[in-house]
Amino acid sequence: MANKLMPAPLMERVRSVVFHRRVVFGIPFLWLLLFFLLPFALVLKISFSSAVMAIPPYEPVFSFVDNTFSVVVNFSNYLFLLSDSLYIAAYWGSVKIAFIATLVCLLIGYPMAYAMARASARVQLVLLLMVMLPSWTSFLIRVYAWMGILGNQGLMNNLLMWLGVINAPLKMLNTNFAVVLGIAYAYLPFMVLPIYTNLVKLDVRLLEAASDLGCRSLTTFWAITLPLSKAGIIAGSMLVFIPAVGEFVIPELLGGPDTLMIGKVLWEEFFNNRDWPVASSLAMVMLALLLIPIVLFHRFQAREMEKDG
Amino acid sequence: MVKSRPFSFSKVMLVLGLLFLYLPMFVLIVYSFNASRLVSVWAGFSTHWYGELFRDQQILSAVWMSLKIAFYSASMAVCLGTLCAFVMTRFKRIRGRTLLSSMISAPLVMPEVITGLSLLLLFVQMAQTIGWPVDRGMATIWIAHTTFCSAYVAVVVSARLREVDRSMEEAAMDLGCTPFKTFFVITLPVIMPALVSGWLLAFTLSLDDLVIASFVSGPGATTLPMVVFSSVRMGVSPKINALAALIILAVSLIAFIAWYLMWRAEKRRRGEA
Repeated sequence: MANKLMPAPLMERVRSVVFHRRVVFGIPFLWLLLFFLLPFALVLKISFSSAVMAIPPYEPVFSFVDNTFSVVVNFSNYLFLLSDSLYIAAYWGSVKIAFIATLVCLLIGYPMAYAMARASARVQLVLLLMVMLPSWTSFLIRVYAWMGILGNQGLMNNLLMWLGVINAPLKMLNTNFAVVLGIAYAYLPFMVLPIYTNLVKLDVRLLEAASDLGCRSLTTFWAITLPLSKAGIIAGSMLVFIPAVGEFVIPELLGGPDTLMIGKVLWEEFFNNRDWPVASSLAMVMLALLLIPIVLFHRFQAREMEKDG
Repeated sequence: MVKSRPFSFSKVMLVLGLLFLYLPMFVLIVYSFNASRLVSVWAGFSTHWYGELFRDQQILSAVWMSLKIAFYSASMAVCLGTLCAFVMTRFKRIRGRTLLSSMISAPLVMPEVITGLSLLLLFVQMAQTIGWPVDRGMATIWIAHTTFCSAYVAVVVSARLREVDRSMEEAAMDLGCTPFKTFFVITLPVIMPALVSGWLLAFTLSLDDLVIASFVSGPGATTLPMVVFSSVRMGVSPKINALAALIILAVSLIAFIAWYLMWRAEKRRRGEA
């Protein structure tokens, strides 16, 4: 028996600690189970249903009629997604645009993070605020700002015409170019921050050693700095790529009729066509596509959160 | 020594990158004072559109709705996020920990259309099964926002919790404090700046969300981003420019306060060390 090994008051203390731990763990766990995990199970369930004119507008998958429990699983939504080239084109378009935008963010963001990490401690704090601030400011408003800049009568065209670079306005708004630009602009802070956190922890002595041994600065960068900041690059890229694939606001406001992105298609299936089962299966396929990036990101995030100070 | 040149490639990129981040917002603020109805033509300085904005009842009531939801969501998200951060940093061996850590980090990257759709389906199912919620609106948006904001709060708070000196907590526990009391008397005051900045971050995130709110909202509850979006879809409008300028200024102010609190806490801690 445990209480032969432990005096009663201590046993009491251990019980109290265990109880407190259960409460602290249980509250967020139940909340997330109910409002984060369970909803995904429902999306999966309804993706096997079919649309009907009713409230809610789908047929039940599980039913209990005349004391018999029946499950009607319907793969037609998934087959429909495969048969219509629109959906495959939309998935491909999303991945392509998100990939290009992530690359643009990395090419701009890495040097920014590098310069920030090299600045003095005081300047670093100010730069950190300057990079973080836009990511806190309204996303919708920042995307909207580009509508005024890129339009045919917009600032950019007026400027280029005034400079004499072009004679007639360029069509920039409602193109894939505008969508990539918008995503790169909106998500840039999410690329810079993880890379900066990574670079700032880099042991400067390694760079000094390389330099002392006659390494040129560019070689040092390729051989030491870049490999050591790999975790930051992966985290930043996932923070941009994953939400960008499902992006709705940016393709809706900046994209044109030929901009096919899956987030927009899902929105239209849901709100315009009111086909909830097809929207659900679109979401499930999108999740499956993003599974590997999400796992990569999760591993990085878990390591960051569990590290001891 | 590692040389630091005054005009290195990375410094030039930093300046260009910051210009890229700030110029569009700056342009928007300047154009909000444009007298012309045509957004691209400058017709002199005017605060006309700000006046129009404050007479628009639909926008004003949406602002109030958004502020209320953001306040409640941020408050609940701080409670849940802090509990999560506590589990992540302190309970190394508890069953279900891996699942919790997956569930708390996934909302950070989950595409909003998926989160929105899945929560809506949950609310519809709940209404069928337990009869609640009858109408979707403020309460459902509150639950949705709390869930995704908790993830951000957990990140901010766990970063701070990792750095807390645990000898004080251990001393309190050794002297007979319950874990509950130890948390409120010792740990809470130390992580307070992180809680405040986590709350402010959650507040701005909730205020800003369009996609998730559009899915889980009902006819009764229209938030500010929903009003802005339906107007912006039609094209650029001077009234929205004025609103945008105000939002940028207000959110910048909140972000600055959050940053200042963290910075002051950091400075005080370095002074102590």
